[in-house]
Amino acid sequence: MRNLIDITDLSVEEIDQLIATAEDIIANPAKYSRVCAGKQLATLFFEPSTRTRLSFESAMLSLGGSVLGFSEAGSSSTSKGETVGDTVHTVSCYADIIAMRHPKEGAPYAAAQVAEVPIINAGDGGHNHPTQTLTDLLTIHREKGRLDNFTVGFCGDLKFGRTVHSLVNALSRYENINFVFISPLELKLPRYVKEEALKKKGIPYAQTTDLESVIPQLDILYMTRV
Amino acid sequence: MNIDSIQNGVVLDHIQAGKSMDIYRYLHLDKLDCSVAIIKNARSAHLERKDIIKIDSPLELDLDVLGYIDPNITVNIIRDGKLVEKKHLELPKRLTNVIHCKNPRCITVSEPQLDAIFLLSDRENRRYRCAYCETEFHK
Repeated sequence: MRNLIDITDLSVEEIDQLIATAEDIIANPAKYSRVCAGKQLATLFFEPSTRTRLSFESAMLSLGGSVLGFSEAGSSSTSKGETVGDTVHTVSCYADIIAMRHPKEGAPYAAAQVAEVPIINAGDGGHNHPTQTLTDLLTIHREKGRLDNFTVGFCGDLKFGRTVHSLVNALSRYENINFVFISPLELKLPRYVKEEALKKKGIPYAQTTDLESVIPQLDILYMTRV
Repeated sequence: MNIDSIQNGVVLDHIQAGKSMDIYRYLHLDKLDCSVAIIKNARSAHLERKDIIKIDSPLELDLDVLGYIDPNITVNIIRDGKLVEKKHLELPKRLTNVIHCKNPRCITVSEPQLDAIFLLSDRENRRYRCAYCETEFHK
């Protein structure tokens, strides 16, 4: 059984395939309107979310499936002290797949150790957000027609920006991507992301606090809130 | 100084000088009721000084813990007063419940019943990262 905890759980070939499928869904939605009929998605959102939760629920309903779940920890047994593992173990009995948002980093990894159905990480603290990355890759692909040979700028809170960490990891696997990280010194990209995604692969990157000076060299600018 | 030879047990040799008490604690040797000898600052041909621990009981040691503390330690297994096996250690790829994540945002901090799992990310620099949140471990 597979999970999507980190974007690198998917190979580059699988990501390319997903993007091609997404493009086809956009072009031919009726073709996919029953592909998840009879399947249930549980959305376990231990912290509030508008876009991610509704995206998951809308997607499952559009594919002919159904959804159940909760949208804040207060309305689940977490408020009574239940652990993530216990919650997920129980929900595994009701659903075919679980999408999970949690404020604690690594909670989806913990869930995946005990779940009997696949876990999708829908954001864990300031750590990762792999499904946002799939959306970002689709956007880049639709706008530029490719996912390689870019200079990409990332600007904002790069320390706690989970979407940044996942997107850097994803893009680092494509050919000839240069990275420029623009942030206040206190919010620089974490060392583990630079080391695992960039340094080990010898991928060039630059860090600066000055957005204006680097804008001319960028093909794509990814902005996050500070 | 003379320390008696052991008949059936384990000798941990080539411990970096000063590290023997760390090993004593990590391996919970204080819980044993057999004889345990800690020799500090012994002369060594390879290391200028070394520590040695002799345990007079044929117990199974957690080699991952030992490898994490100091992969240069040699584990000598003694049976009937003779050396029957010499184990050389290496840095373990995975550590379970040896070290704990200090990232306050990590799920293992709020749910301490979870196994504390760390994965070796950089053998050369002996770096481990939390399997849950990827935070690097610092002593």
